[in-house]
Amino acid sequence: MGKKLLLDKIHIPGIQSYEVYRANGGYAAVEKALKNFSPEQIVEEVKKSGLRGRGGAGFPTGMKWSFLAKPPGVPRYLLCNADESEPGTFKDRYLMEHIPHLLIEGMIIASYALGSNTSYIYIRGEYFYVSRILEKAIAEAYANGWLGKNILGTDYSLDIYVQVGAGAYICGEETALIESLEGKRGNPRIKPPFPAVAGLWGCPTVVNNVETIAAVVPITQMGGEEYAKIGIGKSTGTKLISASGHINKPGVYEIELGLPVEEFIYSDEYCGGIRGGKKLKAVVAGGSSVPVLPAELILKTAKGEPRLMSYESLADGGFQTGTMLGSGGFIVMDEDTSIVENLFTFTRFYHHESCGQCSPCREGTGWMEKVLKKFIDGTARMEDIDLLWEIQSKIDGRTICPLGDAASWPVASAIRHFRHEFEEAVKNKGIKKVNHYNKRWGVAEKV
Amino acid sequence: MSTQVHGVLTFDKEKRKQIKFSEEALQTIESIKKRYPEGKQKSALIPVLHIAQAENDGWLSPEVMDYVAELLNISAIEVFEVASFYTMFNLKPVGKCVLEVCRTSSCWLNGANEIIAYIEKKLGIKESETTADGLFTLKTVECLGSCGTAPMLQCGASYHENLNYEKVDALLEKYRQENKRKNYTDLDWQNTK
Repeated sequence: MGKKLLLDKIHIPGIQSYEVYRANGGYAAVEKALKNFSPEQIVEEVKKSGLRGRGGAGFPTGMKWSFLAKPPGVPRYLLCNADESEPGTFKDRYLMEHIPHLLIEGMIIASYALGSNTSYIYIRGEYFYVSRILEKAIAEAYANGWLGKNILGTDYSLDIYVQVGAGAYICGEETALIESLEGKRGNPRIKPPFPAVAGLWGCPTVVNNVETIAAVVPITQMGGEEYAKIGIGKSTGTKLISASGHINKPGVYEIELGLPVEEFIYSDEYCGGIRGGKKLKAVVAGGSSVPVLPAELILKTAKGEPRLMSYESLADGGFQTGTMLGSGGFIVMDEDTSIVENLFTFTRFYHHESCGQCSPCREGTGWMEKVLKKFIDGTARMEDIDLLWEIQSKIDGRTICPLGDAASWPVASAIRHFRHEFEEAVKNKGIKKVNHYNKRWGVAEKV
Repeated sequence: MSTQVHGVLTFDKEKRKQIKFSEEALQTIESIKKRYPEGKQKSALIPVLHIAQAENDGWLSPEVMDYVAELLNISAIEVFEVASFYTMFNLKPVGKCVLEVCRTSSCWLNGANEIIAYIEKKLGIKESETTADGLFTLKTVECLGSCGTAPMLQCGASYHENLNYEKVDALLEKYRQENKRKNYTDLDWQNTK
């Protein structure tokens, strides 16, 4: 049984409410932070913890915090990125819905550390009902003196507001999120300047993922050094993994980083193996943006070592034979799955979600979707495989924000590892149709 | 008297004059504006457009967008460029219950295509169409963060997960009985797991 730091209290009945959360040690980390630590000391503890951004990029949180400019007389802002939209990822929704006060508690400590007196939680519009849950938790926190003026009698004051989006994956990119919060289209900004210098309304701003901010609570409680002992190497602490696809037990799991992938997929504690006793074909380990890996490469690295759930192990082999931990959106596909058709759903997604600012992404994602459709419809030619490769290579690295890269990597990896499936689609004039509904519900196929 | 302003959109000055949000909506909008520093009220635009959509039968007409511009003291084009960017804002009339079926990877792997086809057959409409009685609009959408409970659909504020044909039947029947508009801003969301 791995260590749990975020979801350790999730099974306590009523933990969603303030009373139960508080009775089970909730907000003790805020007390500790505001009474015993200076803001700089909190930043120091987060640095020592080795915590890395849990939204996907994995950038060291303490370092991000230390970049924050502090010009006198200028407000600073903490923005919580709750725009969770990466296909395969649903961990933040789970955390916010079931233990909302953990996020509020983390927001208070992080805001104190950064010197933010007004912080916003930007949540995707589709999670409207979750925004209501958060607003209730915030109201409870105000009523009990954890928010507002002079918290715990100190001279620190903080207001937190929830801001809902309106359906745009791109707003999970931090500068697009800032644009959206300013009431504009979610077009990413050219960096520099980085948000740490000029972010929301031109003021120094830190944007952190929900899970990253929640992790500040156990780090404050146990200290950065103790937190860094959990996990493996530079992958410290625990990570929420959203597991979905063809597995027996889909859901959100908190794992200690370093858990073997094989154990995660097959043990009853986690995914419980492949549904219907089917064979594992491929895994997208960190949300739709990361390279897809065939079974043999997700279970073992190219060197034959067991692949672990950590930033380093999943990336072992680079993009030739490795992938990324990303957001922890773990999509499992069984032997009946068409890699080409799954890729089509990803590419259609990126085409739909491209903000349209940069030509390579705006045009390229549309081309890729059209070319992929030909493989499904049975009208593709062999040359289309190389055409697809060509298009993705012309998007990668040529856009303002990483959405372009994210759109090209799934295509590149699918061709790299499953080129034969594209060739078969050409030869067979289409792909084998599978009734996924019948598989999902165990309905026998009519012969 | 209508004046063409953008493609199929028309602007009706008479309709514009008649627009008035409910007291409750106006109060909520005032409280939202207070969340931002002085002079940054444009930040309220997206939350206010959600309220505006709920106040206007589920869509944002040019007249409503113009009204919102006045409420926030910004230009109408600033409202339109935002309203046209985000997928949750409807720029044409929709049914009372907009069924938004997720179709991305994990949902597709678990039968989203079959669920979409089932709803199409059952309601006699295609994707992005509305039933003749104005009750249902069918939309396909991208990942809604419900991958572990796929397939799923969203209607208003509610998430309906682990969908099978029977659940779809029950849901459509329930909505028929209620005959009520479902908004994202509804406080009475009823998720089905």
